Amino acid sequence: MSSERQEGKDRIIFVTREDHATPSSAELVEEDPDDPYEERGLILPNGEINWNCPCLGGMASGPCGTEFKEAFSCFHYSKEEVKGSECLEQFRSMQECMQRYPELYPQEDEKEPKEQSSETEQTSEDSASAERSGANSTAATEKDSNATQPNTESSVES
Amino acid sequence: MLKCRIAWRKLAPLARASSTVCRQNVRRAGLTHGRLPAQAPVAHMSTGPTGGGRENQLYILLVGAACVGSGVYLYRTLRGDQTRYQERVDEIAARHQKVATEEIAAPTESEPPAVETTEAEVVPETEPQAEPAAEPSPEPIAELSPEEPSAPAPDAEAAAAPSDTTEPSPVAEEPVVQEPVVEAPAVEEPVVEAPVVEEPVVQEPVVGEPVVQEPVVEEPVVEAPVVEEPVVQEPVVEEPVVETPVVEAPVVEAPVVEAPAEEAAEPPAAPAVEEEPSPPSEPSPAELTEPAPAETEPVVESEPQAAAAAATESPAAEPPEPQPEVVAESVAESTPATPKVPSHTPYLLIGGGTASFAAARSIRARDPGAKVLIVTDEPDLPYMRPPLSKELWFSDDPSVTETLRFKQWNGKERSIYFQPASFYISPEELESAENGGVAVLTGKKVVHMDVRGNKVKLDDDTEISYNKCLIATGGVPRNLQVIERAGEEVMKKTTLFRKIEDFKSLDKVSRNIQSITIIGGGFLGSELACALGRKSHESGLEVIQMYPEKGNMGKVLPEYLSNWTTEKVKQEGVKIISEALVKSVNLKDDKLEILLKDGRLVKTDHLVAAVGLEPNVDLAKSAGLEVDSDFGGFRVNAELQARSNIWVAGDAACFYDIRLGRRRVEHHDHAVVSGRLAGENMTGANKPYWHQSMFWSDLGPDVGYEAIGIVDSSLPTVGVFAKATAKDTPKAATEKSGTGIRSESETEDTATSPVASSTPAPAMGAHKDDYGKGVIFYLRDKVVVGIILWNVFNRMPIARKIIKDGEEHADLNEVAKLFNIHED
Repeated sequence: MSSERQEGKDRIIFVTREDHATPSSAELVEEDPDDPYEERGLILPNGEINWNCPCLGGMASGPCGTEFKEAFSCFHYSKEEVKGSECLEQFRSMQECMQRYPELYPQEDEKEPKEQSSETEQTSEDSASAERSGANSTAATEKDSNATQPNTESSVES
Repeated sequence: MLKCRIAWRKLAPLARASSTVCRQNVRRAGLTHGRLPAQAPVAHMSTGPTGGGRENQLYILLVGAACVGSGVYLYRTLRGDQTRYQERVDEIAARHQKVATEEIAAPTESEPPAVETTEAEVVPETEPQAEPAAEPSPEPIAELSPEEPSAPAPDAEAAAAPSDTTEPSPVAEEPVVQEPVVEAPAVEEPVVEAPVVEEPVVQEPVVGEPVVQEPVVEEPVVEAPVVEEPVVQEPVVEEPVVETPVVEAPVVEAPVVEAPAEEAAEPPAAPAVEEEPSPPSEPSPAELTEPAPAETEPVVESEPQAAAAAATESPAAEPPEPQPEVVAESVAESTPATPKVPSHTPYLLIGGGTASFAAARSIRARDPGAKVLIVTDEPDLPYMRPPLSKELWFSDDPSVTETLRFKQWNGKERSIYFQPASFYISPEELESAENGGVAVLTGKKVVHMDVRGNKVKLDDDTEISYNKCLIATGGVPRNLQVIERAGEEVMKKTTLFRKIEDFKSLDKVSRNIQSITIIGGGFLGSELACALGRKSHESGLEVIQMYPEKGNMGKVLPEYLSNWTTEKVKQEGVKIISEALVKSVNLKDDKLEILLKDGRLVKTDHLVAAVGLEPNVDLAKSAGLEVDSDFGGFRVNAELQARSNIWVAGDAACFYDIRLGRRRVEHHDHAVVSGRLAGENMTGANKPYWHQSMFWSDLGPDVGYEAIGIVDSSLPTVGVFAKATAKDTPKAATEKSGTGIRSESETEDTATSPVASSTPAPAMGAHKDDYGKGVIFYLRDKVVVGIILWNVFNRMPIARKIIKDGEEHADLNEVAKLFNIHED
């Protein structure tokens, strides 16, 4: 059972696993999905891409930012059967740009699952960027799937 | 007047009376028996028979003279003002002309008349000011610009301007090219032969400025005033572009994109722009006399700023002010040898720390092709601070002080620099960069800020004008008065820890001494003590930590937790001296002797003072910004705005938090969040501070916590604890998330399976007061305003939500259930 004691103005409660087994009765305020103040994930409520999403790291702001934005936008709005199939030109120019900055966008081979999980990682901007700039189509696909899971936490320094 | 009249009134009758009496006396003297008749005042009518009267006449004369005199004075003054104003306006117009002509000349492209028409249309829209300015310019130009090659004819100026500008700036980019093209048509339209003539002239100058100058001068003479106006418009736009580091893209881009909109701003810009070509063409001394360049430069300065800020200030008003300042800048600009500092940037970020970098990234993400200039007085590119007191000390790499790379517990390595040098562009390239970029100007300090003129001055007297500015100056470590008073020798053995150089020097020092003392029991002091204590196991270094509180983090953690933490720190090998107030510090036999107020004496080799941060508000005075008296720092609103085009973020910002009230936060994540928010607001978002930032601290591998909101130990707290297992340590948390920067772990997908910690569970024992892991709520008026997650990780979103709601919860144990503290 839980034990409690008071030390001056501070209250201390010790709880066991059983104490916390029952669901909480605390009420939380309902979230407003259109709250303009809230931090947004990768895709904004109006369907546009949030270039300022921490999950993108420095992709949209670096030297190849313009190319990246063009390629990703094209992909995002692509209505083709094979999504992004008409965006090869943009992806190609993006890759060309990234090859000019190997320090920022190292061309590493990453496994798919790792790419997905570390899409939002920024432990080393290198590996993260590398993943993204890797195989264009796979990266695009991953981005898309990640895009559908908007990140709500955004206090990432990258 | 009145006094005169009164005096006259009083004196006149007397005078008359006395004279009359005199006469009477003289006559009567002989007749009477010598008795002077009574001085009966002779009654006089105020007006004589003719209605004038001597009195009145004199009075009228005096009044009249006074009126005439003041009238003459008034007239002369007004006249003088008018002339001066006119001259000023003319001079500005003249400069416009010069720029315009230069622009046109450079590209030598012939635009279809359509372009011209647009120009002409745009031009008329703008202010009529340009016109009158243009017209009189021939005259004023003659007067004012011995310097301006585009002497009498405004056209000449226009032609000259393009040529001038194109010359000095080899980096005349597309914008510039576009501009001249546009200009050319405009100029060509009114005058057919002049542009043609000018152009060839301009072409030449590419080689030598003087050559350009001359032709330009000649050309304009021919042009008609009509041309001037469009030209004026153009130069404004183009100038910025053409100018070497001077007027920035914004001006250029603006005209290209939103010519009509920018019109208003342009004329003011134009004068400035005009100036700029001048400085570059300084070498063409032939025509330019000493004072001339100086004049133009100031104008240039003010102008770009005016343009940049899209200020609607009249050109007349602008130039007079910047004039003295600009001279210095123009000089700087004209020397091609020195690295060119851009004279204008759309986004200026003062300070090169975390907040600044976050803002730069945000601006670049939201404003395509944005040009951002970061000015920092440190020699380093933007870097993150937390590893300086944590991870970097745990590195096995002996060259860590050089590489500044740290290995996180999961093996992944990264540099403390946010981005490698290749991410940034050089300041010289900033203006001409097609897609913009982030440029960092290191080693320069902003010493003065002119908010009205939208520009700043650096410590080397260079001036940079901006459209939007962010102040992210952070702070400087505080020092103890007793140490400062102790003298130079003691100061040499003291480290105020904040920057990379402090880390390097402390690392070096700590290897060569036997004993080190850290004064301060807060985040920095405790982390450094733990880090040094860990190292002391190998080196035998004695690490002492002293502070006035009862336990480590005494101002943050409730007492029971603070005591518990202090025990942990002791286990790291640190000698703790609590409740210690330093009375004096002396140097004796090359050892520091610290005398405490209670009499204890501590002998040590080196001191580290971690007693707080003084926010850097040096610019408040010159910028006219408010400084908060309670928290220190610049006072800003909920959108982090101080004044119209100025935002403040990071440690230096005392902002209004909608939920928690006004405060100033000195944490890494806050710098990121506020920097990003400031960047968003600088690009038009107008969002208030809403996403609550968090902070974290690791005191050794076994004690770590994350916190959010107001975490002040003076508030009542409620702590809900469970027993910790081996998996609940900071080490395990970072291994799971793959990052040592705890704020990042939130946004990561922990797809990789959690790595079970192989270290044995900390010897916590089955002690009842074992605060292994739990949640601590800080309450203010029964509302939760702060939460600490004690050895419980990756639950920050829930904590953030609770604080955001700001609800009164009856039973906090129920709230604690939301955190699932028993699970991983």
